[in-house]
Amino acid sequence: MAQLSLGAQPRKKSGNKADQNNLGYLYLIPAFIVLLVISFYPLFYQLLISFTDFQTKDLRLGLASPALNFIGLENYVKILTGGLPVQDFDFLRVLVFDLWWAVSNVILHVPAGVLIAVLLNTQGLWFKKIYRAIYILPVVFPPLVVATVWRNIFDSQYGAMNQALTAIGSIFGAAPVTLRWLEEYQAPISFLLPGVPLVWAYYAMLIANFWLGWPFMCVVATGALQSIPKEMYEAASIDGATGTQQFFNITVPLLRPAMLPAAMYGFTTTFNLFGLVFFMTGGGPARATEILVTFAYDLVKNQRLYGAAAAFSVIIFIVSTVIFLITNRVTRATESYEGA
Amino acid sequence: MATANPIKRILSVNTSGEKGGRALPLGRQLVLQIISLFIAITVMFPIMYIITLAFSSNPSRPSTLQLIPTELSTEAFAKVLDRPTANPVTFVELLRNSLVLSLGVGAVSLLFAVSAAYAFARFKFAGRQFLMLAVFFVILMPGVGLATPLFLLFNGISIIDPESGQVIFNLRNSLLGVGIAMIAGALPFAIWNLKGYLDTIPKELEEAARIDGASHNRTFFQIVLPLAAPALAVTFFLSFMGNWQEFTLSWLFLNKPSDYTLAMTLYNMTGQYAQNVQWNQFSAMAIIVALPVAVVYIALQKQIVGGLTLGGVKG
Repeated sequence: MAQLSLGAQPRKKSGNKADQNNLGYLYLIPAFIVLLVISFYPLFYQLLISFTDFQTKDLRLGLASPALNFIGLENYVKILTGGLPVQDFDFLRVLVFDLWWAVSNVILHVPAGVLIAVLLNTQGLWFKKIYRAIYILPVVFPPLVVATVWRNIFDSQYGAMNQALTAIGSIFGAAPVTLRWLEEYQAPISFLLPGVPLVWAYYAMLIANFWLGWPFMCVVATGALQSIPKEMYEAASIDGATGTQQFFNITVPLLRPAMLPAAMYGFTTTFNLFGLVFFMTGGGPARATEILVTFAYDLVKNQRLYGAAAAFSVIIFIVSTVIFLITNRVTRATESYEGA
Repeated sequence: MATANPIKRILSVNTSGEKGGRALPLGRQLVLQIISLFIAITVMFPIMYIITLAFSSNPSRPSTLQLIPTELSTEAFAKVLDRPTANPVTFVELLRNSLVLSLGVGAVSLLFAVSAAYAFARFKFAGRQFLMLAVFFVILMPGVGLATPLFLLFNGISIIDPESGQVIFNLRNSLLGVGIAMIAGALPFAIWNLKGYLDTIPKELEEAARIDGASHNRTFFQIVLPLAAPALAVTFFLSFMGNWQEFTLSWLFLNKPSDYTLAMTLYNMTGQYAQNVQWNQFSAMAIIVALPVAVVYIALQKQIVGGLTLGGVKG
């Protein structure tokens, strides 16, 4: 997601100000008419619906439906207190899991991306270009394809993961691995996130999304690495700095301005990563891997609780805005680093 | 950056010292090669898995792990390119639906976005910040978040045959409706993305044109648009890619199999409705869906990543 930079452009004195004013609006009109009809009005309509008990019976007449009741904040209260007539529903658990899901992914992707970028940036490494070409492949696959392939890989009976683990295990004489990655209810490490069970499916998703996520960070890091002048390393090594020292004192600080926005972008994307979750686990087992957006989708697609779904979307919107404001502030705070 | 002749490198390893410091010692080279190769294998693992399945003539899931195709059967591809699912819809029809949606939504949102982006990038007017925030807040809303109101609103728009009383056309249950809903998400993103690019284009050329007496409109069409052509291409492609893979809205809105897209079909082939998954056909379909975007993405890689991180890097 792009950075929010609202600072007005410094204007040149040329041209008539009033004339420019009007033209600015003129250029905006087409897009804003479209947005008004298909984005802003629906968002307003959503807010309206979120205060009603809109259900399938009201589909035909909409707001004019005589069966439609305005129920105030009831939908919101029900969502926050887990009162929705939906199995295994616990908003707070889903929210905490979603946040944890995003954090745990970014924590893994960024260092891996940076380290691999550094590896590929090594002077004199053979086949660099081939590796670079291979490493970008995960980025270009549609999530639908990636997730379905990984779901297949984690199948308990025929999945490649269990087959590979069995093959490795057989060297040490271990029994065949028949882990039910995507169906097992028990959390392998129960104390990791109190109150929120991290089932095997979470780890399966983590592995799949690691495969999917680090190459992007690697590309960003590579671009930033190549802008670091080689003289800095040469000077450092003349002064007797070891490779590790150079990494932590030159590479890491100089990569930070590029990696932080990328990490924040990754966080926001992962937080709302519909495709991977929906196609890999469908939120299961027992909604243990459900994130906010997949839950909202279930509410409208399967449960058909349109009023509750609208309220849920409004909540998602608020959560997303808060997350954005925080991540934007974090990125901003480190921006001055570059100028300092 | 590019490696020189590898043999020369090996030979130069022992002539170490300060001057030859750029060459990698052989031992280290080998260790790094093993690590790089290992990473490459983990990346290739799922890809090889799906390629192997796609070229297999056996539709059942393999009971042993196979990562290298043992046969090159095009049977699965032939079946998928004819009629992928049990639904009476041909591949060509599905492809047409996908293309109409992807190209249409991409083109329409670009058309509306470019002038708005220009206004935000170059003009100063009252309410500019407020309007930019308004656009940005739509971007903040995840795609699923707009699904409910659009579903309800579009569902209310139908054409009913006055004689039989039957619904001839329902906007919600049509490609047009899905397309409009997709534009609701794609347009704000396109505006934002293009504004970021336009900010980086130097204003000097436009100012020169203005001094020479060109009107704002003429400057826009003859100076800005040609300069922004690469940005337009990347923005269009990003939109195209998103639309090509779009699933949530189309799966929610569309009921008629004749309206299905390739992405929906792919899910259909392995999702809840597939009794017996034909794994070789699914894999073939996955490759067909993934390949076009993958090729273009690799070609435009630099511009795409540059664009996504542009705002952050330049601050």
